[in-house]
Amino acid sequence: MLRAKATTTSRALLPARHQLLKKFRARTIRTSAVRLNGGAPFDPKAIERAEDEVDVCIVGGGPAGLSAAIRLKQLEREKGNEIRVVVLEKGSEIGSHVLSGAVIEPRALDELIPEWRTMADHPLTQPATSSKMLFLTKNMSLPIPHPPQMGNKGNYIVSLSQFTRWLAQVAENEYGVEIYPGFAGAQLLLSDSPDATDNWGRKVRSVRGVVTNEVGLTKEFRMKGSFEPGMAFRAKVTLLAEGAHGSLAKQAIQHYDLRREAEPQTYAIGLKEVWRVDPSQYNAGTVQHFLGWPLDSQTYGGGWVYHMDDGLVSLGLVVALDYKNPYMSPYRELQKMKHHPFFRALLEGGERVGYGARVLTEGGYQSLPKLAFPGGALLGCSAGVVNIAKIKGTHNAMKSGMLAAESAWEAVQAKAKNAEAAEAEEGGETTGPPTDMTGYDTAFHNSWVRDDLYEVRNLRPSFGTQLGIWGGIVYSGIDSLLLKGRVPWTFKHHRPANAADAMTDGTSSLDSALTERAEKHSPIEYPPFEPPLSTDLMTSVALTGTNHAEDQPVHLRVVKTRDFVRATQGLNGDGATVNAAVGAGVGAVRAEAEVGAATEADVEEERRRREEHVRVNVGEYAGLLERACPAGVYEYVDVEGEGSSEGTWNGKKLVINSQNCIHCKLCDIKVPTQDITWTVPEGSGGPKYTVT
Amino acid sequence: MRPSPARLLNILVPVKRAVDYSVKIRVNPQQTGIDTNVKHSMNPFDEIAVEEAIRMRERLPPGTVKHIKAISIGPPKALDVLRTALAVGADSAAHVALPENAPAPEPLAIAKTLASYINIQNSDPAKVEKDGKVDVVILGKQAIDDDLGVTGQMLAGLLGWGQATFASKVEVDVGKNEVVVTREIDGGAEEVRCRLPVVITTDLRLNEPRYASLPNIMKAKKKPVEKLSPSDLGIDYTPQLTTLRVTEPPKRVGGGKVGSVEELVERLKDAGITGV
Repeated sequence: MLRAKATTTSRALLPARHQLLKKFRARTIRTSAVRLNGGAPFDPKAIERAEDEVDVCIVGGGPAGLSAAIRLKQLEREKGNEIRVVVLEKGSEIGSHVLSGAVIEPRALDELIPEWRTMADHPLTQPATSSKMLFLTKNMSLPIPHPPQMGNKGNYIVSLSQFTRWLAQVAENEYGVEIYPGFAGAQLLLSDSPDATDNWGRKVRSVRGVVTNEVGLTKEFRMKGSFEPGMAFRAKVTLLAEGAHGSLAKQAIQHYDLRREAEPQTYAIGLKEVWRVDPSQYNAGTVQHFLGWPLDSQTYGGGWVYHMDDGLVSLGLVVALDYKNPYMSPYRELQKMKHHPFFRALLEGGERVGYGARVLTEGGYQSLPKLAFPGGALLGCSAGVVNIAKIKGTHNAMKSGMLAAESAWEAVQAKAKNAEAAEAEEGGETTGPPTDMTGYDTAFHNSWVRDDLYEVRNLRPSFGTQLGIWGGIVYSGIDSLLLKGRVPWTFKHHRPANAADAMTDGTSSLDSALTERAEKHSPIEYPPFEPPLSTDLMTSVALTGTNHAEDQPVHLRVVKTRDFVRATQGLNGDGATVNAAVGAGVGAVRAEAEVGAATEADVEEERRRREEHVRVNVGEYAGLLERACPAGVYEYVDVEGEGSSEGTWNGKKLVINSQNCIHCKLCDIKVPTQDITWTVPEGSGGPKYTVT
Repeated sequence: MRPSPARLLNILVPVKRAVDYSVKIRVNPQQTGIDTNVKHSMNPFDEIAVEEAIRMRERLPPGTVKHIKAISIGPPKALDVLRTALAVGADSAAHVALPENAPAPEPLAIAKTLASYINIQNSDPAKVEKDGKVDVVILGKQAIDDDLGVTGQMLAGLLGWGQATFASKVEVDVGKNEVVVTREIDGGAEEVRCRLPVVITTDLRLNEPRYASLPNIMKAKKKPVEKLSPSDLGIDYTPQLTTLRVTEPPKRVGGGKVGSVEELVERLKDAGITGV
């Protein structure tokens, strides 16, 4: 049992004003590692966490989160009231998990930091000089017209990773935002009892902050000598800015049913490479988008080539995740695309310097959930703000961060006033009601972000009919060129004939439901690799710099998200058990059962769940994840005999090489059984992107 | 009452901001070095050194280790690495600031800097009064980006101190004013006994560094970092070595398969390999 000594309270860390508001009992864990009786199982109910109090806790150090942080500090300067803003980032440094095309529209940056052009080192050094669209066949590339929204006047080609790093530097050095890379927001801190009403009038527990990941657990959920429990940040407002398909955002959406009135979110996977091309091929500022080959007419997606600053070229392929054929491998499609004469010529004599992948949201306006929940809100792509006609979302993400900051500011000021009044009355400590961020939801829908998304809302759904991309091209051509979205209808996203279970909870993805069984398709013959132009997967994954500390719990949990939330928040039965190891494997759950955090029934359920996963995925979908994951995390391998303790089926078992994970979230979205819940690993793991 | 120990230890831990271990290193386009626009973090061997300093404090009677100071010589970003050292348990830090785009300092310059710093510390009566003279310098055996592995040895030479390099175990005996170090050598291990003051360089097996917890990282932001400039220490960082060219190693060519033992022997003979 970990014993904490209250050597110093965190009073030293609170600005003076906050000390008035509460008599805060905090424990801090001592510096030296406490030696435990080697390998006691982790008991989530018996640990003591260090706690700290902040005004606003932002999960995710990307453009949205950092814009919110900067805006809050700007308000602090304008209005004079101190506000403590903390940004938690799971990557080892800001920008290491950021990957995007990217051509950005500086609209939001102009509003946030109007003087950015005068700042030294700003990364917007390469203006986009053109914008072309090409249709690829196996051997040719034909220029075609593109939607006007894709025009790039005034836009810049950047590495979003570098841009984010610059923004973080501004936030820290100019504005005093506290940024903690290497610490992931692992759990929402909920209030002890239902103390708020959600958007639907139900009594719910509110979000009171975030708990960071525990550190120093083995794969089997036992505590190593270096064990440190995660720290709890009690925040008045919690902003989730985790990017597309954020892990805490998913839990919040599930818990507060935020998608009740919205369309489900749809996604695509973006696989990207950065090349240093031969100078003869380099043409700074070029922006090209591709449709057609190698994707077939039923699969939405396309490639891109952007010539960045400094002789580097960003290229890649976006594949919508509603693809039907489980034999498709987005990675192999990208490598195949590079064999096209256009790319061969471009990349001849070049050197690949980067590879990575990340999902992006495509649902647009229809898929926006309710943005506010009691105690917090969703920012940026955690809500889903990519404009798929422009293929840009950074401007929307930043603006959403700014709007959220303005609402959060109001909420924090209101809470402070109420608290002072309450203390004056009762003379005691009050935590008060949770903050209400619904003002942000309203502001969002009154802003240019909403207009930006509204205009293009019908384009993506138009690709989902039987006419495949042809229907989409025709409709989108008319809508984007002539009508500009000024039509009375709003298409819904294409549903499969048997929607069934897929849509009953807010977190099962529509994309996975659209996958067809393997029997309806045949394996795809991909061309062999031609290094150095195209390489095998592991060579590419090495370029991401991804790694995770060895011997930690597998962060890809084989369990449905709604069950994950129930188990880890202690919502099952009478709340006696808090199975923190749910989905992490039979061995891990057994360890939890040893300390009473889980029951024997949970252990059996774990085994059964895994067996079911293998049965459906291998039996009906030909082991889809093996092909789909852009980092080679999932394998279905042969084992001896059947019915072993780990959950095998027909001689196959699931192996999760979680160390390879590049945090793209594809598995969570595409797995046909919808039973992979992506959770955060120990902080600092994952890719180390710098130029993506 | 326990008699106070004969000597209180003042430990100096030089740390380097090096390319992160998981980054795939690449030669830069000019072929003059590696592409440094990549993630950097504390050199892993230096992490082990910081950890060992803290463990010394934990192993010895309380109060024996008076002060642990981390020092780094490098560009402004080296401060991040010092903050990590502070978060893990160092008491204070010092940063010898080099300009942002200066060429990477060479080991001899680093060793001279550290020697100069130590001599300044040891000759300042106020500092000696407070923390004692520097007794132990513990640093990583080599940096993982240049793999040179000479700084510790050069420092010991400049100071005229004993050195125990490639340490896989360190035992301090303050009463006898000496340290017993097990060194990793080709073919096994060697035990050396050194008088204090001593320079120790760490090897991989010495310990497993702890994580810096978030509360400690927050507290580390407030710990003092002494800022120094090269002129304060009188060191010239002009490189003495010129790098002519850096290239990648030649790509491996594929092997071939043989059908039988006879064929294998034939191929070996063709390649000029004869029996013994």
